[in-house]
Amino acid sequence: SSWWSHVEMGPPDPILGVTEAFKRDTNSKKMNLGVGAYRDDNGKPYVLNCVRKAEAMIASKKMDKEYLPIGGLADFTRASAELALGENSEAFKSSRYVTVQGISGTGSLRIGANFLQRFFKSSRDVYLPKPSWGNHTPIFRDAGLQLQAYRYYDPKTCSLDFSGAMDDISKIPEKSIILLHACAHNPTGVDPRQEQWKELAAVVKKRNLLVYFDMAYQGFASGDINRDAWAVRYFIEQGINVVLSQSYAKNMGLYGERAGAFTVICSDAEEAKRVESQLKILIRPMYSNPPLNGARIASFILNTPDLRKEWLVEVKSMADRIISMRTQLVSNLKKEGSSHNWQHITDQIGMFCFTGLKPEQVERLIKEFSIYMTKDGRISVAGVTSGNVGYLAHAIHQVTK
Amino acid sequence: MAASIFTAVPRAPPVAVFKLTADFREDGDARKVNLGEGTALPLLAAYRTDEGQPWVLPVVKKVEQMIANNNSLNHEYLPILGLPEFRANASRIALGDDSPAIKENRIGSVQSLGGTGALRIGAEFLRRWYNGNNNTATPVYISAPSWENHNSVFVDAGFKDIRTYHYWDAAKRGLDLQGLLDDMEKAPEFSIFILHACAHNPTGTDPTPDQWKQIAAVMKRRFLFPFFDSAYQGFASGSLDKDAWAVRYFVSEGFELFCAQSFSKNFGLYNERVGNLTVVGKDADNVQRVLSQMEKIVRTTWSNPPSQGARIVATTLSSPQLFAEWKDNVKTMADRVLLMRSELRSRLESLGTPGTWNHITEQIGMFSFTGLNPKQVEYMIKEKHIYLMASGRINMCGLTTKNLDYVAKSIHEAVTKIQ
Repeated sequence: SSWWSHVEMGPPDPILGVTEAFKRDTNSKKMNLGVGAYRDDNGKPYVLNCVRKAEAMIASKKMDKEYLPIGGLADFTRASAELALGENSEAFKSSRYVTVQGISGTGSLRIGANFLQRFFKSSRDVYLPKPSWGNHTPIFRDAGLQLQAYRYYDPKTCSLDFSGAMDDISKIPEKSIILLHACAHNPTGVDPRQEQWKELAAVVKKRNLLVYFDMAYQGFASGDINRDAWAVRYFIEQGINVVLSQSYAKNMGLYGERAGAFTVICSDAEEAKRVESQLKILIRPMYSNPPLNGARIASFILNTPDLRKEWLVEVKSMADRIISMRTQLVSNLKKEGSSHNWQHITDQIGMFCFTGLKPEQVERLIKEFSIYMTKDGRISVAGVTSGNVGYLAHAIHQVTK
Repeated sequence: MAASIFTAVPRAPPVAVFKLTADFREDGDARKVNLGEGTALPLLAAYRTDEGQPWVLPVVKKVEQMIANNNSLNHEYLPILGLPEFRANASRIALGDDSPAIKENRIGSVQSLGGTGALRIGAEFLRRWYNGNNNTATPVYISAPSWENHNSVFVDAGFKDIRTYHYWDAAKRGLDLQGLLDDMEKAPEFSIFILHACAHNPTGTDPTPDQWKQIAAVMKRRFLFPFFDSAYQGFASGSLDKDAWAVRYFVSEGFELFCAQSFSKNFGLYNERVGNLTVVGKDADNVQRVLSQMEKIVRTTWSNPPSQGARIVATTLSSPQLFAEWKDNVKTMADRVLLMRSELRSRLESLGTPGTWNHITEQIGMFSFTGLNPKQVEYMIKEKHIYLMASGRINMCGLTTKNLDYVAKSIHEAVTKIQ
């Protein structure tokens, strides 16, 4: 008999299921709106020009393949911190931070979660917005922490339940951990406005909470890297020493290269050194040291003025295409004669949109129109093109009229 | 500003090899030789050419150029378990083209972040699923000595009872087989044993095939789980098949096992983090369920693995010509190390250095336990500017035709002057 007879089959991934069903569908009009990766207006993956240029530069330099330090490529981690915090950030200039390279967003979140489990003894509770990215819960759980929630999304208005959030957060036990999406909330696309962020910062400060920012879409949300990092920077300016996870999967299209970073804002540079030494102790038994390729591409882009400029233009064009698809979807819905209020589609930001569609309506979209999305009505706007936005609007109108 | 939550975070102690390397860097003496680990980085061992330089394998350069020129490639996410062509080829390399387990479709593979990542995924899985649903108390046996990170991997994966098994016999400078077998006889049934597939790190001392057979017999009888760490396949003897003999023998004996593979050394792809966890099970159904659970573990650790290194290895292994070139490159590295071993030994014997030195050529792989004691090591570092670990471990890659004489003479001095 086998050691593994008692091992249960793991439940299928719901999002993967969407893509698999999509692949099997023979309808020529089919649309995959489950995809969590950017697509160009032809529905194809997009390799950024600045990435290609960086790769060419790297190839010409004929570098060796020696192990990176445990904490990663120094030029990359420094540039990452500067990108998130801003070059004028007091925390950045005084080096009272530590940034380690992580395996894209997931790996960075996990390093942080493990670090908090080991060193943040005040609480085992991590408060997530309702809803949050599906993988947040198992990441923190596997790291040995417990999950709680605060109100966030209001399904009635398809927007932020701000008073609910403030109410819940004001009751979170002191010194708990709260996770906030820095921009382009996944899966809802609903972000607080700046005045709301200010109030959130005040209550979080009052409750003395440990703030964990997940920033997976800097630049990709509004098209402006500074605007998208505003909340993170504001919190730090308010004296809130946050921890932060960054991903370059979407904003540089480096998905499979796994480029990311985890940052801890500390009291001073000395503390940052101590924290760094402990982060390395966590990373070493996980995978020893991080992969170079993606971090090196990102580092070349961030640290080479011409490439950086080009990147900023390209990330803005990706964000602009997404915003334009949102606008076209709404105008097409109006043209179809829909009487519903679809304003949330353009109010929301980033890759994802919580349409407000109900499971039965989603079911019909899949079965009758071959338009694939998750049951919660979330669509990836990246899957919408000028060629299929009309069809999408038509289909949505059919199932909602 | 509020008091920091991290005020109490202690500074972690520096790691010995890192300190050693820092000392080496600061040493201004022109004769200095780094036998500590061969790179400027802590803890990590890497191959060096006869000029003392890192070596990007020619086949790797060629394949990287092919990848760079292929405009149809993009940077999309790999599947959670990794690049399919990589996974299948990597496991085939470990188990052999004619592996019964592959033919019977009862193997699985998880692309991982280096050998370390493969060990960690395997460890996390075992803790959750091996013998019942909670294995925190299941004993894990690690050789004495072993790669120091083995311990940390299993501790961080949640195992609470980590023990050592006898391995290195310092007196006879070889394998303590009887001690090892005794430990296996005494180990609680279902204990997990970490076995080095070849080129034991740090001793360079491997069991012979006959000794492996004895080990396998005890493990089978006592229901002990084999978790192989294979970081040097091809790099040890120069032959992929020879270096995989032990793993394949266990498979042929019907064991279910894990094998954590690293392509860091044999492909020279250190910083791209290319590894693979090979799972061998009783049948396909068991393996499928195991993989489905490993997927869950991967998803919360790194989501999906990095693309670049896997593409290089997959491309190389799936092309007969590139595969042949790769085997040649691997043999180049292994042969240089073997040459350094025989040259060092013959010099010590010519010098009449007290003691026996056959262990230098009998040991295999990147490392050698010289038998120098801490005082002698200190002499080597302070007086001769030759850097090696306090354990007497040297990285053979640090030896070159230029420094062989100096190193041999220095060892001679250390052994004759210091007891």
